Amino acid sequence: MKFTIGWLKEHLDTQKKDNELIEKLTDIGLEVESFENLSSGLNSFKVAKIINAEQHPNADRLRICDVDIGLDNTVKVVCGAPNAKKDLLTIYAGPGSIIPKNNMKLSVSKIRGVTSYGMLCSESELNLSNESEGITELPTGKYSDKIGKNFFKSNTEKVVDLSITPNRPDCLGVRGIARDLAAAGVGKLKKISLNNIKNNGSQKIKVSITKDKNQGCTVFGSCLIEGVTNKESPKWLKEKIILLGQKPISAIVDITNYVMLDLNRPLHAYDADKIDKEIIVRNSKKGETFEALDNKEYKLGDDMCVISDKSGVLGLGGIIGGTRSGTEINTKNILLESAYFIPRSIRKTSKLLNIDTDAKFRFERGIDPQSIELGLSKAAELISEICGGKISDFDIQQTDKHEKNKIKFNVSLFEKITGFKVNDNEIIKILTDLGFEVSKEKFELYLKIPTWRPDITQPIDIVEEIVRIKGYENIETLGPEKTKIKDTLNAQQKLFHFLQRSVASKGYFETVTWSFTDSKINKLFKENLKEIKIVNPISSDLDVLRNSIFTNLTFYLKKNLDRGFKDISLFEIGPIFKDSRPGEQSTVIGAIKSGKVSRLNWNEKDRTVDVFDVKKDVIQTLVEAGYDRQSFFVRDKSPSYYHPGKSGSVYLDKDEIDPVAFFGEIHPNILKKLDIKTEGLVGFEIYMDYLRENKIKLKDLKTNFEYSDYQKSERDFAFVVDKNFKAQDLIEIISSIDKNLIRSIKIFDIYEGENIPHDKKSIALNVTIQSSQKTLEESDLEKINKLIISTVETKSGAKIRS
Amino acid sequence: MSDIKKIKDDYLNKLNNDLNIESLNQIKTELFGKNGKISNSFKKLGPLPTDERKKFASDLNSIKNELQDKIDSKLQEIETKEINSKLENEKVDVTLPEREFSRGKIHPVSQVIDEISSIFSEIGFSVEEGPDIENEHYNFTALNTPDNHPARDMHDTFYLDNNKELLLRTHTSPVQVRTMLNGKPPFKIIAPGRTYRSDSDQTHSPMFHQVEGLHIDKDINMGHLKGCLNYFIKSFFEVDKIKMRFRPSHFPFTEPSAEVDIGYEIKDGKIVIGEGDKWLEILGCGMVHPNVLKNVKVNPDKYQGYAFGIGIDRLGMLKYGINDLRAFFDTDYRWLNHFGFDPLDVPSNYRGLSR
Repeated sequence: MKFTIGWLKEHLDTQKKDNELIEKLTDIGLEVESFENLSSGLNSFKVAKIINAEQHPNADRLRICDVDIGLDNTVKVVCGAPNAKKDLLTIYAGPGSIIPKNNMKLSVSKIRGVTSYGMLCSESELNLSNESEGITELPTGKYSDKIGKNFFKSNTEKVVDLSITPNRPDCLGVRGIARDLAAAGVGKLKKISLNNIKNNGSQKIKVSITKDKNQGCTVFGSCLIEGVTNKESPKWLKEKIILLGQKPISAIVDITNYVMLDLNRPLHAYDADKIDKEIIVRNSKKGETFEALDNKEYKLGDDMCVISDKSGVLGLGGIIGGTRSGTEINTKNILLESAYFIPRSIRKTSKLLNIDTDAKFRFERGIDPQSIELGLSKAAELISEICGGKISDFDIQQTDKHEKNKIKFNVSLFEKITGFKVNDNEIIKILTDLGFEVSKEKFELYLKIPTWRPDITQPIDIVEEIVRIKGYENIETLGPEKTKIKDTLNAQQKLFHFLQRSVASKGYFETVTWSFTDSKINKLFKENLKEIKIVNPISSDLDVLRNSIFTNLTFYLKKNLDRGFKDISLFEIGPIFKDSRPGEQSTVIGAIKSGKVSRLNWNEKDRTVDVFDVKKDVIQTLVEAGYDRQSFFVRDKSPSYYHPGKSGSVYLDKDEIDPVAFFGEIHPNILKKLDIKTEGLVGFEIYMDYLRENKIKLKDLKTNFEYSDYQKSERDFAFVVDKNFKAQDLIEIISSIDKNLIRSIKIFDIYEGENIPHDKKSIALNVTIQSSQKTLEESDLEKINKLIISTVETKSGAKIRS
Repeated sequence: MSDIKKIKDDYLNKLNNDLNIESLNQIKTELFGKNGKISNSFKKLGPLPTDERKKFASDLNSIKNELQDKIDSKLQEIETKEINSKLENEKVDVTLPEREFSRGKIHPVSQVIDEISSIFSEIGFSVEEGPDIENEHYNFTALNTPDNHPARDMHDTFYLDNNKELLLRTHTSPVQVRTMLNGKPPFKIIAPGRTYRSDSDQTHSPMFHQVEGLHIDKDINMGHLKGCLNYFIKSFFEVDKIKMRFRPSHFPFTEPSAEVDIGYEIKDGKIVIGEGDKWLEILGCGMVHPNVLKNVKVNPDKYQGYAFGIGIDRLGMLKYGINDLRAFFDTDYRWLNHFGFDPLDVPSNYRGLSR
């Protein structure tokens, strides 16, 4: 919402300085986006004279002009206008100027090899008219002695730009802003002065509002003005319109816009001669069409509120008018509309048709239904002043009286909510100044709400009105209230934070990527999950919610590889999505690692990252999180995006149904499809939802500290087993032989090749044996030795290698 | 006697020379070997008369000990020398690089969430979370933003179906709704998380992070709201004094509503929070609207309180001098390394929020 301080003062009687007014606006909830001296921008447009114009050496249609801008020397400007001729008086904009039409900032630039200092402007570039053929031609008589002077009247007016929240339609007009400021004590709201206009005779065009279901219009006021001379607006009006960033069109249109900005009272002017007999406000029928003032044809659905005549739709009520009945410069008779449209209806129609206009914006938020006549009066007065004409009586059709709503307000609520007290008289004054009708009975105020405040419906809204006008700085800052109701984090949240830092501590960089991704990449990782499309994605390559963390990780890995990094470790902890319903998501850690370990290190041989690097990271992370390594179980099943032979899944326990993690090499096909070039790419995923909560706290898990000081013995074995026999099974067989004596088992060699059948492999392991009761004798050791060999051979079909 | 004295003097002399391990062993043999000079001298003891023998034996023993000690110390000397010269040859260039180590990083968003949680933990808040996908009811309607409300236009919403029933939450406020529906007052929670709006430029990103706060009890008023935020902002920016301004604003789910600005100045091209005469908007807040309380089955005549919403990414940008919001989500390895935090650097009250 833009306005000038001068305009504000047409409604507000105040002695306050500009900056006091500005501060007050912010204090009462009308946020000031900017407060700028707009004229300083317009001051850069000078009256200028072309002293000489010659052909550009490199371009047929360009001319190089020497321009007198009132300084000692002329400036050189390259100009493409056909009318740029010697002795022409025109408007010059220097480097740094901002062109009103497109907000482009000029700079010194070379055009086809010739430096141009600024620009000669067309009328359209200055929003003076639609004339864009050639540069402005100023009449010699009026301007010949003004070379170098500002073209726009020097204007010290400052433009305020407010960001008005959607609950305050009343402040979309200058008067509403003035009212708020007056209530806040920085001035007095002036009375609206209307010269008594003469209404001559009845409004001759019949208007009716049909009784359709969900009729969107409840009041339709109109008046006929006959015999007008439409023309360009006078300078004061034009300048107001331009200053606020709009484009002057004609006096009639500019006046309706002016009243809208002034009073937040949208109006519409019809060319009365183009109306077929009468005005009917009704619901549209599906399939009806009309051409709107934005030159687009709209196809209407059922039950949209339209203004029509005998021939069809003239316009969409409160949203946009139609070209068929639009006013033109030669319009003689006009019908002026001032109506009330129901916000819900406006919103529904404009959404369906995707139209956004100034009028729609205002009606959608709620226009004062009791401003119908005021709007007609103000506009009619201005039209007759500027364009002449005979004004008819006002015709008001209405189906709803829009009486003021009432609220009972108990003043104690104010202190209860804000924590401080304001005395009743002050409360009454504030509310009265805001336009409320107040009567007091004991502790209660009976309030009639002004019709321009559709946002106020209950007592809490009154609290806000008082505290905002009184000032938020009056609220006392109390010390923070420290009572704790429950633990800060629950077990799952603690685990989340633990895992996050545990993975990072293994050399991975944490990243945060979008929850959405490219469906083409997602397909590679989605497995059996449902694809979840976004109806209105920000771009076509972010069109689905991710089914896997790997989608974005691989995408960004590639970007970093392309930046020249080779050895990359990345992880993200966050949601993946399984369905489009709330809650159908899981928290997953995804980590990937590319390239080599110990690349270019002087004392270690480098090697490509492999499945056991990520297996270590995933197992260590789980162990650090408090899960027992001894009960982990690894299977060689994994999703299809892993290398089928070099990946696996981890179960917290052999009996668990769902794996808590996957790890392995990423499938070479994926690298190929994503065009990822690296020596190796491995990754892991941990599914937090399957990590069961440890019922017993770790501190309670720890039993008495027991240890054995008796001598340890170590024995090495090598078993020849089938090639696909799992080392994990071998370890389980041995460790279950005697859990008391067998303390640890380490695999120190895997051998395939010479001396071993081609379908077999040899697993060499070292077993530590220790008793907690005695030092084992050679005979005890021999016994357990034999037991290990015989048990392994029976249970696995292995042979001890001799 | 003079014989053994001579042996002693001769050998002490010899032992004072520069010897190696072989020549020392040679001397040892010459003295204490089977036919060694000392060994042989002991053999002469036998025939001597008792008292002479006693004296001779005593002298001989002391000479033997003296020589033995000398040999031992000489041996030690030689060994030390040999080790030293061996170690001298083993010298490496310790300025060569150490073995490779890798150091991971925590993303600034995660670090800031931990900082925020730590601060609010101190004043009794617990952390709640909710789903990223919401339905229209929890995200808007229950929060007093019905379909025909223009405030919906303030949120550019991502939808998952054509009926606009399912969407990506545009704020973390639905967690308020879920928490209150699932429990009984009092409520004292923060809800950090991902939020989504279809908007993208240097200061807007289609995904960003918010933390929602909610405190509902019998007598929680706007003074408590001010106190809580004042405490939070001071703790977060780790400053003693903060300039703070509450401005009336509008959110459908709070009434009265406020936006909060903090004072700042630009020093050497960097934003310094707390001083200066410029204002920076950092959060929105207000007293929870009675309609919202009714929607979640909390009696607004008995309970009242405040809610606030803060942009997490923005807080991080301000505190750690990060300029471009979009870089947060761009996974540039250099950026992550530069702005990321060491995983051991866990924000806590007693060790301080940041190093």
